[in-house]
Amino acid sequence: MSTFWSLYVTVLTLGTIFAMGWLLIATRKGQRADTTDETVGHSFDGIEEYDNPLPKWWFWLFIGTIIFALGYLAFYPGLGNWKGLLPGYDYADNEKKIQFSDGTTGWTGVHEWEKEMARSEARFGPIFAKFAAMPIEEVAKDPQALKMGGRLFASNCSVCHGSDAKGAYGFPNLTDADWRWGGDAQSIKTSIMNGRHAVMPAWGAVIGDQGVRDVSAYVLTKLNERALPADANADPLAGAKTYATTCVACHGPEGKGVAALGAPDLTHPGGFIYGASFAQLQQTIQYGRQGQMPAQALLQGNDRVHLLAAYVYSLSHGDEPATNSE
Amino acid sequence: MSNQIPLHNVTPPTEKDGDTVDLYASREKIYTRAFTGVFRNLRMGGGVVLFLLYFGTVWLNWGAHQAVWWNLPARKFYIFGATFWPQDFILLSGILIVSAFGLFFITVFAGRVWCGYTCPQSVWTWVFMWCEKVTEGDRHQRIKLDKAPMDANKFARKSAKHGLWLLIGLVTGLTFVGYFSPIRELLADFFTGEADGWSYFWVGFFTLATYANAGWLREQVCIHMCPYARFQSVMFDKDTLIVSYDPRRGEPRGARKKDTDYKAEGLGDCIDCTMCVQVCPTSIDIRDGLQIECIGCAACIDACDSIMDEMDYPRGLISYTTEHNLSGQVTHTLRPRLIGYGLVLLVMIGGLTAAFLTRSLVGLDVSKDRTLYRENADGRIENVYSLKVMNKDQIDHIYLLEATGLPDLKLQGRREIRVPAGEIVSLPVQLSVAPKQLPSSTNEVSFSLRAIEHSDTEVHAKSRFIGPSIR
Repeated sequence: MSTFWSLYVTVLTLGTIFAMGWLLIATRKGQRADTTDETVGHSFDGIEEYDNPLPKWWFWLFIGTIIFALGYLAFYPGLGNWKGLLPGYDYADNEKKIQFSDGTTGWTGVHEWEKEMARSEARFGPIFAKFAAMPIEEVAKDPQALKMGGRLFASNCSVCHGSDAKGAYGFPNLTDADWRWGGDAQSIKTSIMNGRHAVMPAWGAVIGDQGVRDVSAYVLTKLNERALPADANADPLAGAKTYATTCVACHGPEGKGVAALGAPDLTHPGGFIYGASFAQLQQTIQYGRQGQMPAQALLQGNDRVHLLAAYVYSLSHGDEPATNSE
Repeated sequence: MSNQIPLHNVTPPTEKDGDTVDLYASREKIYTRAFTGVFRNLRMGGGVVLFLLYFGTVWLNWGAHQAVWWNLPARKFYIFGATFWPQDFILLSGILIVSAFGLFFITVFAGRVWCGYTCPQSVWTWVFMWCEKVTEGDRHQRIKLDKAPMDANKFARKSAKHGLWLLIGLVTGLTFVGYFSPIRELLADFFTGEADGWSYFWVGFFTLATYANAGWLREQVCIHMCPYARFQSVMFDKDTLIVSYDPRRGEPRGARKKDTDYKAEGLGDCIDCTMCVQVCPTSIDIRDGLQIECIGCAACIDACDSIMDEMDYPRGLISYTTEHNLSGQVTHTLRPRLIGYGLVLLVMIGGLTAAFLTRSLVGLDVSKDRTLYRENADGRIENVYSLKVMNKDQIDHIYLLEATGLPDLKLQGRREIRVPAGEIVSLPVQLSVAPKQLPSSTNEVSFSLRAIEHSDTEVHAKSRFIGPSIR
């Protein structure tokens, strides 16, 4: 703050403290010697008041609070721009000599938080670093890592993917073998670190309503081997032709999907996160879809994403760790 | 308010220069005289029992843990075979309510007996007074010692007294912290320098607090700090047993020779020996009547009774009596107020006991997932829940999980959940229903947990099942 306001605060604060002290001492005297332990000297409707002295230790307690206040204001910032004498706030981490993020020193609430984070990092960082150095497939076998990953998942990922990781409308099932962006360990980690943006273009205007119905029928019957509803009014073979010209670019000639584009495998039930009924397929093709997996790199950092990747990897490989014991 | 209370100046002020007194007065040190008597014996007997309870209970063990142990970091509070979790704190408020009504009941009946006989401030102060007696001597010896200049004798006695005080404070502090940090390890670590900083701090804190409260503050707590002292006047009525001097018997007071006809001389039973003032820990004269400083310890009763015995007068010049008795009226002990407090007390004790006995030893928390619902591979509508199972017992358990509330409700996930003693296990489960059988878009469902080998231990938790509205 500017010098004027700093002085303003300082003068008012110290002035008040000294005024309290003066008030305390100025009111010490005043009881007349002959009225001690007697009444105040007035009678209100016949009611009189004793004029007993106050205990001396109250006076000393008050002096004590003034001394405490002055000491506090010396050690901590409170008087304008005065930074305080409290030792130990030169670095966020005294051993590693890490500076505070705003470049200043001395006690502030933010600096105290940064010191606590540095202490936490010094204590837990090595555990995370140990796992970050291991390949994901190895980490996925470690029980402690899986517990840590499970807790990170519960805090950050279960909101969309479900607490059982089996997904929801618009969010993939992470426990099955179907991976639209690649199911190898590194691809999983990349998905979490950098996020993904899936775009299914809207084809309604391009292929028309009948075209939408035909392609839906093709996907339903030929790729998914399910029955077409009776009132479908759709031709799967025409749909196959449309598919071969329009859809094959992203979804592949056999509908197996292309991981680089995030185009799902249309032959696997897990590929239809927006539903696989005839009506839902039409909606997807007609209006398109946009899927967003938020990037976790800035929020979590490499070490935690590494653990999450291992946890997610483990869900579809080996025993499912369904519980967390606290 | 237009009607002002008329104000009359009663004492005309006399302005004398330099003749003013400090607003604050140092209190005069109180030297209590030693005495014996019935009520003192009562107090000592009760004190021994209370001290045994306080200093002894911490050493008891129960199974693998200390019997009474407030484990703050783990947030588990052990009382013998029962473990209390933070969710059980309502029981603590129940205990406090019972204690409060117990206090009200006893105060309406017998005045400030809590203060004089059982309050820790009083009990420790009496002990510290005894320390003064053994190191510095009787009342007149202590007054003389304080007036004397410092010499080897005075230094030795004072050091012994303060040393004894600090020792008692240390034992008190160690015991108190021992209820939070198991006492055997605490003692071992404390004296070998291996306890953590906070242990040293708190033991030191309670040592100094005991030393300051019982050695220095004493009656200042009762007179200036304790709120109970202030609302005693609300609790008393004219049928309350209070420590009282009987002026009808005692006045006019005056010295006389033993075995003379003092009544003929126009004197009452009070010989004005001031024993009652000398033994009083708050240094009041009970002959002035009921006062705020009186803690009801009956020291004056014991002192006066012993004087009455020596004079061959009947006891009871100062006694536990009621204002009705003193004014010659009838005392009604069983009055609506007392009966009322007693009934409430019994009801609260009953309620608290019932709450203790019906406390569930397993806890279940159900959190429905943020996602409303999904369609699973079988075409059923599925809701996902996060369950937290808390085993509040002191032995391991296996619980059976069930869900009800919808037709043909399927529960997926583990049915048998094993939880070690005092632990929490969290797991996700799914409930699914056929879409056509869903009565409404939002339905109430209920989860239940039952211990397999102990079917009395069970708990229910409600949640909601959401699905699409099928038109």
